[in-house]
Amino acid sequence: MNGATLVRKNLFRKKLRAILLLFSILIAFLIFAVLGAFNKTLNAGVETAAADRLVTVNKINFTVSMPYAYWGRVASVEGVKNVSQANWFGGYYQEPRNFVQTFAVDPETYMRAYPELEFTQGSAEAFFNNRQCLAVGADLALQYEWNVGERVPLNSNIWQQQDGTSDWDFDICAIFDAEDDNVPANYALFHYEYFNESLAFNRDQVGWLIINTEDPSMNDAVSQRIDAMFANSPAETETTTEAAFSKAFIEQLGNIGLIITLVTGAAFATILMIVGTTMVMAINERTREIAVMKTIGFPAPRIFRMVLSESLLLSLIGGLLGIGLAASLIWLMSQSPAVSGSLPGLSVGWRVTFIGIGFMIALGLITGLIPAWNAMRANIAEAFGKV
Amino acid sequence: MTEPLYQLTDLSKRYTRGKESITIFEKLTMTIPAGDFIAIMGPSGSGKTTLLNLLGGIDAPSSGEVVFEGKRIDNMSQGALAKWRAANVGFIFQFYNLMPTLTAAQNVELPLLLTKLGGKERKQRVRTALDIVGIADRAGHRPTQLSGGQQQRVAIARAIVADPEVLLCDEPTGDLDRATADEVLATLQLLNKELGKAIVMVTHDPSAAKYAQRELHLDKGRFVEKELVT
Repeated sequence: MNGATLVRKNLFRKKLRAILLLFSILIAFLIFAVLGAFNKTLNAGVETAAADRLVTVNKINFTVSMPYAYWGRVASVEGVKNVSQANWFGGYYQEPRNFVQTFAVDPETYMRAYPELEFTQGSAEAFFNNRQCLAVGADLALQYEWNVGERVPLNSNIWQQQDGTSDWDFDICAIFDAEDDNVPANYALFHYEYFNESLAFNRDQVGWLIINTEDPSMNDAVSQRIDAMFANSPAETETTTEAAFSKAFIEQLGNIGLIITLVTGAAFATILMIVGTTMVMAINERTREIAVMKTIGFPAPRIFRMVLSESLLLSLIGGLLGIGLAASLIWLMSQSPAVSGSLPGLSVGWRVTFIGIGFMIALGLITGLIPAWNAMRANIAEAFGKV
Repeated sequence: MTEPLYQLTDLSKRYTRGKESITIFEKLTMTIPAGDFIAIMGPSGSGKTTLLNLLGGIDAPSSGEVVFEGKRIDNMSQGALAKWRAANVGFIFQFYNLMPTLTAAQNVELPLLLTKLGGKERKQRVRTALDIVGIADRAGHRPTQLSGGQQQRVAIARAIVADPEVLLCDEPTGDLDRATADEVLATLQLLNKELGKAIVMVTHDPSAAKYAQRELHLDKGRFVEKELVT
């Protein structure tokens, strides 16, 4: 027997109570980890944004396009190394519920803008040279079981062709992916020219510009130059870093960070009260035993550590089980092609786990502090009720 | 002349309850030699348990000195007292006060967790202590699986396992039937005679007191030495 045995035996002396407490803690950390996993995935664009990448959008809103000429003009701005442009196609495959995130881009400059993307099937040349080529992200290909050489039609719920239809035919000629799992590969790319020349309306417009600067230290200056260039024009621009653009894009869904903070905060506050009160009661029930230990010669600081260790152990076991369960659930979800297609790289991840462990330690310390203090200060003679 | 185990000099204990001051005893002086077996008797509220608490360093006197083997313990810090208790005193309570989640052997091992002994040596000592009180065969049982007498034997084993100089017993047979009480008292007597442990036992029971070498009656804050038992 050692000190750890005492802690363990005391913690599980009332099994039902311990299990219920563990379950409440488990639920709180399950909520935390699941929400954390979604938050991480939704913000993957922010995390993986390159430091030297800027995005220029129409100042009104990024859904409002800009003249095609802006692309060439921005290329001449001092400090700009590469400029590409992209356009939101929307798109679905066969029926509207099969959403396919598709962008019409200039292939060569786009691939230069995103050097982290690499072709795992087909080749860059195939994509550059075939006007009807659809380059598909690996996650999207997995979702629809698409392979190079297949011909697929995609419908747009925004755009229309001159013949009145809204479906475009594509040849899958390349599949791309990134080494970093956090870099999304759940979308498809195709030639802007093929898109633009077939449009019934809004031709010669671009959705947004992607700019690589010569050095991240030049970002501010380049942003200011670009926006100044188009100031007082019918389509003023707003240039931000890619990270800020991604964050703004995600915030359209709502303030995810705030939602997660509020939900997990409410869960933790509840757990704090439940576990804290129960720990105080549990230690009060053991006042006599603690007095016996002190009588035997256990010093007060050791009693303090023992009680605090109990609440820490409780919090760690419940919390780790919660995060473990969340990781299993998220893994199961990520096995579904629909989920992996729309939320690539969905996982709890180490960052969420380590933050969770930090919360477990904080929860254990906060809930254990008062009972540990009471136990440490307990007067032996009073505890025996024989004053 | 050998040093006494305990020397109590002008010991007073007063409590304040609200505006009322209660004097338990005033200027009490006594000596307990090493190897003594004293039964302290007296009516309820006479301060028997308070005296035991002072001897065990779990309560402090209002004035006066408690000296153990030449060293004052009444002015020690709580931390120093805890160390002193672990090394010198074994406690035996009326209601055994065993840890319900631990087995008999683990209960006995508890004081040894405060020592630097290794696991193997601790086990050996626990075995010896349980053997001495005649309960080694119940080492793996929890307190709820033991009778009152067996639990008190485990408590005695716990009290002696760290080899203290003195055993402080608060009504050790108060919760036991006569036959079991006699067995427990015989064990205490054995520990006193064979192992030389000094024993201070608070009791209401005159039959229990007869196992001691001497009886002290505490009444109205004063000692009356009644008789010597040989």
